[in-house]
Amino acid sequence: MSEISCHPAPPPETTDRPFLNGLWRQNPVFVMVLGMCPTLAITNSVRNALAMGLATTFVMVCSNGMISLIRKLIPKQVRIATYIAIIATWVTVVDYLVKAISIDVYKALGAYIPLIVSNCLVLERPEAYAGKKPVGKSLLDGLGMGLGFAFALTCLGTVREVLGAGTFLGVPLFGHNFEPWVLFLLPPGGFIALAMWLLTFTLWRERKEKLRRNAQQAELRQAMEVTS
Amino acid sequence: MNESLTHIFLDAFLINNFVLCVFLGMCSFLGMSGKFSTAWRMGVSVMFVIIVSSVLSFGANLLLVRFHAEYLRIIVYIIIIAATVQLTEMFIRKESPSLFRELGVYLPLITTNCAVLAVPLFQTFRKYNLIQSTVFAIAASGGYCMALVLLSLVRERTDLGDIPLLGRGTALTLVLAAMLSLAFMGFAGMGSGG
Repeated sequence: MSEISCHPAPPPETTDRPFLNGLWRQNPVFVMVLGMCPTLAITNSVRNALAMGLATTFVMVCSNGMISLIRKLIPKQVRIATYIAIIATWVTVVDYLVKAISIDVYKALGAYIPLIVSNCLVLERPEAYAGKKPVGKSLLDGLGMGLGFAFALTCLGTVREVLGAGTFLGVPLFGHNFEPWVLFLLPPGGFIALAMWLLTFTLWRERKEKLRRNAQQAELRQAMEVTS
Repeated sequence: MNESLTHIFLDAFLINNFVLCVFLGMCSFLGMSGKFSTAWRMGVSVMFVIIVSSVLSFGANLLLVRFHAEYLRIIVYIIIIAATVQLTEMFIRKESPSLFRELGVYLPLITTNCAVLAVPLFQTFRKYNLIQSTVFAIAASGGYCMALVLLSLVRERTDLGDIPLLGRGTALTLVLAAMLSLAFMGFAGMGSGG
């Protein structure tokens, strides 16, 4: 059991900036492609997407902090089981919290709250980060990754709600003769919307990479001209 | 709850297919469907884990209700699943070392497959009895296995195709999954009759 992650080869850790890495550079959904189940299932409206993202953030911050706090006490062989037990405890807390805050949201999210336990993102972070780093950094990492996840869910939820129902957070956006594109509220719409977002992000990254490479080459050429 | 067994089976296998309609087990669905040979092995291992852990957690839930400790449900279920996965791992290692090598790191990953945790949770929420739960577990895991195999077969074909570099990888897989999911929406009509 060397490495727990659902993604065959997660991109290598770049610089150690826990908060920003999670939020953007290593965004859990758009870059690492982790935690796909809630990403696809809960994003048919912006409200649900936000609630799910925040619930996951809470679990990640708490479990990351706790695991980092006791990381030296956990024997290496049973670390995965320990992580899962800690995560499951916090998920139980969130389950009751959401029920107490809003019963509507609780009903809309349904079985997906207990399923945060098996969200690979939540288990991947302790394995890759919180199990080795000090508490402060692990908390920041949990917060960044969680908010990055929430951000991605909201992106997806926006596209699906605006196209599929013609509303944003329940507020109608178009005139009454707008024909909603119901496909986007149904399962295939989730797959298509996520594919489009991934393509957009890849395109954007590729373009940035190309610009960087061009600038490097130009610099090199200039330097060569100067020396000759 | 007096749903007929046929209805439970069809519902979990086709109408509300775990992968394509309820979005469970997405990670392994996208990650393990690259090759047919690994896909069906993974599917069968997951089936085994789901069926065993479904029966075990049915018993555990009876105990929890008896002692009024329902708040421990999530923790107990995930521990049962982790134990079952460990058992499966040991069993496969002993019986077939070659298969064990082939599955490699993917075996322990079954623990974090949400489809595995969802079966015990759903059977509890829907108040199924033991026979209904078992049928539900077989149908749901069978549906998972089928979706995985179907996608792997399509992906083996698209590997040979001439696809723009940008669209390769996850994006293409998602579009293929969307098409499969569209096809499965056709089964939705079967639900109203049952």
